[in-house]
Amino acid sequence: MSVLGLHRKLEENAGLLIFGILFVSAIGGLVQVLPSVFQDELVAPTTETKPYGALELLGRDIYIREGCSTCHSQQVRPLLAEVKRYGPFSRAGESAYDRPFLWGSKRTGPDLHRVGAKYSDAWQRIHLIDPRSVVPKSIMPAYPWLAEKEADPRNTIQTRMKRLRLLGHPYTDDEISNAPDLVSGKTELDAVVAYLAVLGEAAGSGEGMAH
Amino acid sequence: MPDPNVYNDRVVTVLVVLSLVWAIAGMGAGVFIAAELVWPTIDLGQEWLSYGRLRTLHTNGVIFGFGVSALMATAFYSVQRTSHVPLFAPKLAWFCCIAWNLAVLLGGISLLAGWTSGKEYAELEWPFDIGITIVWLAFAVVFFGTIANRKVKAIYVSNWFYGALIIVIAMLHVVNSMAIPITIGKSYSLFAGAQDAIVQWWYGHNAVGFLLTGGFLGMLYYFLPKHADRPIWSYRLSIVAFWAFTYSYIWAGPHHLHYNAIPEWVQSLGMVMSIILLAPSWATMVNGVMTVAGAWEKLKTDPALKFIVLALAFYGLATFEGPMLSIKSVNVVSHFTDWTVGHVHSGALGWNAMITFGTFYFLVPRLVGAALYSVRLANIHFWLALAGTMLYVLSMWGAGVSQGLLWLSLDELGELSYGFRDIMASMTPYYALRFVAGAIFLSGAILMFYNFVKTMENRTTVVRRIPDVTTARSAVEAVA
Repeated sequence: MSVLGLHRKLEENAGLLIFGILFVSAIGGLVQVLPSVFQDELVAPTTETKPYGALELLGRDIYIREGCSTCHSQQVRPLLAEVKRYGPFSRAGESAYDRPFLWGSKRTGPDLHRVGAKYSDAWQRIHLIDPRSVVPKSIMPAYPWLAEKEADPRNTIQTRMKRLRLLGHPYTDDEISNAPDLVSGKTELDAVVAYLAVLGEAAGSGEGMAH
Repeated sequence: MPDPNVYNDRVVTVLVVLSLVWAIAGMGAGVFIAAELVWPTIDLGQEWLSYGRLRTLHTNGVIFGFGVSALMATAFYSVQRTSHVPLFAPKLAWFCCIAWNLAVLLGGISLLAGWTSGKEYAELEWPFDIGITIVWLAFAVVFFGTIANRKVKAIYVSNWFYGALIIVIAMLHVVNSMAIPITIGKSYSLFAGAQDAIVQWWYGHNAVGFLLTGGFLGMLYYFLPKHADRPIWSYRLSIVAFWAFTYSYIWAGPHHLHYNAIPEWVQSLGMVMSIILLAPSWATMVNGVMTVAGAWEKLKTDPALKFIVLALAFYGLATFEGPMLSIKSVNVVSHFTDWTVGHVHSGALGWNAMITFGTFYFLVPRLVGAALYSVRLANIHFWLALAGTMLYVLSMWGAGVSQGLLWLSLDELGELSYGFRDIMASMTPYYALRFVAGAIFLSGAILMFYNFVKTMENRTTVVRRIPDVTTARSAVEAVA
């Protein structure tokens, strides 16, 4: 039977067509994506990588809520200029506790994967409330509401940590039971600043640079 | 009891109108956030006007509001005509129309409230993820049910693309959205770090592939031959291009993660498959252009066809630029820059929006039984759309290429030549131009909306009876 004749069968049978599309489109995912999902070393934390503390975790979730990752990447590529500008390049294991990953696709502002060591908490507070007071030409939005809101008004921190533990984040019982004390009385601004401060703590030395 | 001999077109009309409302709302949000990058204080310190939240409203509004409503409308319209039967389960079609648009509306509000999964183009949180999965299944039932009822033996090529849209998007959405809920508006992804990145860009790239490319190719394969009044140039080419497209697109996602912390082989494979993808993409473009060949004189008088032909040109441009950007040595400059934004918009404005506009100019007069209110306004819209797209793409090329090169630039001592803040500040003229470009494009869409409102004022009752032709051997003949 000719190829066209064979194709006629697909065209005349909706079930075959559906199956054909599913089959053909699934191959790429099965060969390319599925192995990664089962490749444990991709999500094995580096020795310096620790799960986020309670306040840092809340800060990270606020960072996600405000869409910070639409303008800031967290992925230093292994390129000389990038390593000079930002610090050691990013390794897979550093993101082991990142759900979702926040590598980003756009740098309207600078990369933040190594930002923790660069600025003081005091600078970050001023910058988040009024970016142009410290960076005159900045086009970043101001986030005044962060200072006014409680970090965890609905006491969700333990739920967050327990669910993450289900997914394999090694929180101890003590860490979870102490979490509410660590975040009570804190503002969203405190949380975001705490999160930014730990970015880069797990950075490697930058050895083994590819380019 | 619905008349089995009449097409269900009311739901199509409503979807077209909703699609246009989303176009204006979504593009409006886009123009506003473009302005924020020039005048950062116009958010007035309000959470819900903040760039990070409005940006997702913009992308969700245009892709899922404008884009998917247009795809549902045209899929429902064309699947009936290529099958010679009315819609299967018309009430379910109404459910799709209303529930989908409600989900986009409430989802949009939830994004402004800060509910987001943080995964690009999949930001809606888990309650919405479940909701839109149900609507999508209903869409599949209506679409494939209509095909199963068909009186034409062969399934026409536009339906392969709409079918691939429905099937593949379902697969991508379900896998990528898997998460463990914390509260009603917050969840954690089941995947972490590098795995999450690979799954996300498998989704992200192919949402572009099967929705913004494949879905709209379905639109092209039905409405272009209809409009040019000529059959598709090469039926064989459409077969080859379809299967090559469906097979190879899926592999290209990792080009979004070049030089990121994922395995080298995944990046390289993603690059190679992205380059291969140029072949089926251009095969389809050639098929489209050759279909219009011989009907060029229609371009002088018919604004709808002008839009469709221009859309083909931008489709060709964007599907050429994509593989080029996926080459690692090009990507090293373009990644993280506005070049990517320009690339997306040459596809989104030049291809998706233009072909939708062209299709709607064809469709609306037929749906409402009245001649288009003003061909002149439609022609003005055409030039606004072209000027807006060109200015947008050029400004982002300028911004992106200079960003990319300046970031990487080292002086003779091997130190960075420019500080990040200076490079960022130098973007303002480009961002201002982009704002103007977006505003021009949006004004064209508003003009079209006005044109359609006036057209609908003259509407008459239209009953489209299903022709009594069931003898055509293939769908190609039935359509031609």
